[in-house]
Amino acid sequence: MKTIRSMVLVSSDPLSMERGAQQVFDNLQSEIKSFGLEDEISLSMVGDVGRHDALPLVIVYPEATIYGPVKPQDTRLLVEEHLYKGRTASELTASIRELSGKIAWVNARKGTIPAQQRIVLQRAGIIDPTNIEDYIVHDGYQALGKVLTEMTPADVINELKNSGLRGRGGAGFPTGLKWGFVAGTGNKKKYVVCNADESEPGTFKDRLILEGDPHSILEAMTIAAYAVGADEGYVYVRGEYALAQERLKIAIEQAKEMGMLGDNIFGTNFSFNIHVHSGAGAYICGEETALLESIEGRRGEPRPRPPYPTTEGLWGKPTLVNNVETLANVPAIIFHGADWFRSFGTPSSPGTKVYTILGNVNVTGLIEVPMGITLREVITIYAKGMKNGATFKMAQTGGSSGSIIPASLQDTPMDYDSFSRSGVSLGSGALLICDDNNCVVDLAKVLQNFFRVESCSKCNPCRIGNERAYQILNNISEGTGTMQDLEDLTMISTNLSELSNCGLGQTAGTPIRDVLDHFRAEVEAHIKLKVCPTGVCPMSGKRK
Amino acid sequence: MPTINSLDDLKKIREEALKKRDVKNTAGQKQVIVGMGTCGIAAGARETMKAILETIENDNLSGIVVTQTGCIGVCEMEPIVQVQIGEGEKITYGKVDKATAQRIIEEHVVNGNVLKDKVIPM
Ligand SMILES: Cc1cc2nc3c(=O)[nH]c(=O)nc-3n(C[C@H](O)[C@H](O)[C@H](O)COP(=O)(O)O)c2cc1C
Repeated sequence: MKTIRSMVLVSSDPLSMERGAQQVFDNLQSEIKSFGLEDEISLSMVGDVGRHDALPLVIVYPEATIYGPVKPQDTRLLVEEHLYKGRTASELTASIRELSGKIAWVNARKGTIPAQQRIVLQRAGIIDPTNIEDYIVHDGYQALGKVLTEMTPADVINELKNSGLRGRGGAGFPTGLKWGFVAGTGNKKKYVVCNADESEPGTFKDRLILEGDPHSILEAMTIAAYAVGADEGYVYVRGEYALAQERLKIAIEQAKEMGMLGDNIFGTNFSFNIHVHSGAGAYICGEETALLESIEGRRGEPRPRPPYPTTEGLWGKPTLVNNVETLANVPAIIFHGADWFRSFGTPSSPGTKVYTILGNVNVTGLIEVPMGITLREVITIYAKGMKNGATFKMAQTGGSSGSIIPASLQDTPMDYDSFSRSGVSLGSGALLICDDNNCVVDLAKVLQNFFRVESCSKCNPCRIGNERAYQILNNISEGTGTMQDLEDLTMISTNLSELSNCGLGQTAGTPIRDVLDHFRAEVEAHIKLKVCPTGVCPMSGKRK
Repeated sequence: MPTINSLDDLKKIREEALKKRDVKNTAGQKQVIVGMGTCGIAAGARETMKAILETIENDNLSGIVVTQTGCIGVCEMEPIVQVQIGEGEKITYGKVDKATAQRIIEEHVVNGNVLKDKVIPM
């Protein structure tokens, strides 16, 4: 299999084409061949890169170096210097002031890291998860020691605020701010809860962290407890994660034995205990207030908010709820400092993100990469390209509650701000990559079925909306949809997001909206022509 | 294990553990690490682990330390087995079934011949 180490894009908007972009592309192609690099370098044309005076542009990843204007005769130097010798051809780089529009972000990207930069997964797959000594050898518990003996709770929260860490559970809420809210409440009894419910389809990053590096979560929770003033914690683990639960329990026993958990941690007067609570397989229990209900022994139904868990959480006490991946960043931030953390990712979303890659690509699995890399890089470099050389059609991010991203957005940096500006969501970090043999109606139908089944039925918009949306999509896939159905779908999608009580219903309309925004023609073909262009849908003529 | 009462205690424990490891590594300790995350186990890592332990027992081998670890992210290549001999480079094998596990012990760990066809680049 080819290992693509670098990716080269040539701008191909009308102005670039007028200025010889095609010749630049052809020359690059033959130069890459003449240096024998064709198996390591992927070359493609990319459409709209934003208005720019230095067109045509050549952008080289993973460094994200921007060259421009590149003339056909410059290509040899570019290939020889950058791709062959591995250094920037500085005489050809575009001057920063000239950059504007969609590609300006590229310069905000930190570091030139071709390999995976691991913070969260630094020990997973390296250490023995059942051996605390292994964790200690790999710098474990040093951050906790530093926090308890050298820092005040306010110091810890400040460090976290300065790091710019944002919640990895889906919403991207600033972690330091959340810790500050809980710390600021006057209550004597507080809780720290780790959300390890991880039920987004296709997401298994938290499982990998818990199974491979359980002590990092215990250490992070203890740091959090000290910072917010809690003395008791829960890890709410998805019921199916038996191995993760077992490893956590072993880790808790070991940590207690060594004085890293329990009474008088590190010989100080700070005490903290952690319980492992098993979920029973409901997606809704990942929603933080439903999760708290579930710990309290009730049906997992979301609470109205406000009050937020930070003021009234578990058993009415102020509670900090954080995702596993969020917490796994904490010891490293304390150990290396906020500035170190900020040296990865983008200014608005520092650090790394763990993605689970699935679908029609050559290599599936898990990667941890700096925030701000693009989907095209993930597919080309980390997933080693589309399977059987197929064409990339769309990606579904973040399990089911994420977005459907069309190929036209594959050069958007994946960080919280750039994504929300483009109207897409990073979600939980699952990337389901689909080639052009997949049908958008089918994908939306599958997702809607998930929401239909997983809705807790507490509020009507979610209970009825998802059921109805599924029926309509099913009819369209059977060839019995009408144009009125599309109006109805749009209305349901809006109602879901505006009227639902919790995040489940609020995001359940996203797949419909995305499909109608980006792939309307394909949906209409099912209705007007009664054909599924990819041949996936049954089109049996049945109607529900 | 002793209780840790200060940052210095922790650092001492860490250094002692590191020293122990260094001594073992310079003495040429043979280490076999099996990926035992859910993905590894689903792909048959328990069988692989069993085969490794059985080979060691049947062949009456000693000086081999077998440990487990979590998933490193290349779930598709599970079960993954890593071998490190002394201070040498860590070699990673992918899709290690029972037969391959036995070969890894007998050819690589005992005789020092890397099974080139099963190595995956890390
Ligand atoms: C339906 C639904 C399911 C959710 N599932 C999870 C989950 O499995 N894991 C998780 O960490 N957060 C999940 N969340 C988000 C949590 O409500 C909460 O925002 C998160 O745990 C906060 O942690 P963070 O600030 O560290 O991201 C879910 C939200 C909704 C609406």
